[in-house]
Amino acid sequence: MAKARVLIRPKEGILDPQGKAVERALPALGFEGIGHVRVGRMVELEADDPEQLGELCEKLLANPLIEDYEIQPL
Amino acid sequence: MIWGVLQFPGSCDERDALHACEVVGGEARLVWHEERDLSGIDGVVVPGGFSYGDYLRAGAIARFSPAMEAVAELAAAGGPVLGICNGFQVLCEAGLLPGALLRNEDLRFVCKQADLLDDAGATLSIPLKHGEGRYYAPEEMLDRLEANGQVAYRYADGHNANGSVRDIAGVRNERGNVVGLMPHPEHAVDPLTGSTDGRKVFQALEGFAS
Repeated sequence: MAKARVLIRPKEGILDPQGKAVERALPALGFEGIGHVRVGRMVELEADDPEQLGELCEKLLANPLIEDYEIQPL
Repeated sequence: MIWGVLQFPGSCDERDALHACEVVGGEARLVWHEERDLSGIDGVVVPGGFSYGDYLRAGAIARFSPAMEAVAELAAAGGPVLGICNGFQVLCEAGLLPGALLRNEDLRFVCKQADLLDDAGATLSIPLKHGEGRYYAPEEMLDRLEANGQVAYRYADGHNANGSVRDIAGVRNERGNVVGLMPHPEHAVDPLTGSTDGRKVFQALEGFAS
C-alpha cells in the first residue's frame, strides 16, 4: 500500500468565503500582514495502485470545475 | 404523468415533492436510492435534503447511486428531470447540468421567501433554504448558457441571497428536459403556505413526458 495525501483547494479566481472569514479574524488576534487566505481540504489515503489516484480525484475527491488538486506521495 | 421522487439517506423534502406532483395533476411514488429500475415512471424529481450527509461536497456521493444511473438514462432518453436544492447539486455533480454550487457568499444558511424570474419574465414567489447555493460556472460557460437559453430561473433584483453569478437560480440542459434550481417549488404549491407559484416549475417540464 502506498500512502498519499491529496490537497484540494478552490480554483484561483473563485471567491472563497471561508478564507475571507479567516482573514478578517486575524487583525483582532494581533496578526498583521497576512492575506490571500484560501481554505481547502486534505485527504490522506492508502492505495494499492497509486496510478488510479488522478482519476479518483477527477471523479470524486475534487470537482475540477471549481477545485484544483495536488497528489503528494508520502 | 407518473413522477418518481428519489429518496436518498438524508433526503428531507421528498414528501413535499410527492405532494407537489399530485397537486399539479400527476401521480407520484418514492424511488429508493438503491432502485435501478424506473419502468413506468415518466419523470423524476431529485429532491432537497442532505443526501448521504453531503459528505465531501454536496451531491458528490449521491451521483454514484444506482437510482442516479437510472436517472441519467431517463435524461438521455429525453425524459423530464427536476432537481431541487440538493437535487440540483446532485445533477451538477453528475454532469447532467452545467456548473456547480458553492458555499453561500456570506457563509450563512439562508431561509426566506424569494422572487424568481422565469424565461417568460413572470415573477414566481418561492422559498429558499440552503447553505450551499451559490451558482458558479466559468465566464465562457455562462455566455454559452445564456446564448442557448439555458438559464431557466434568475433571482429578481435584491433576491440573490447567496452570491450566485449573474443572479442564476436555476439552469437547464441543452435539450431542456433536465432542470435544476436552488429554490423550493415543492414548498409553494398550496395556498395554505402562501404561494402556489411552484406549480409552474413542475408544469413547465410536463411537456417532456413521453
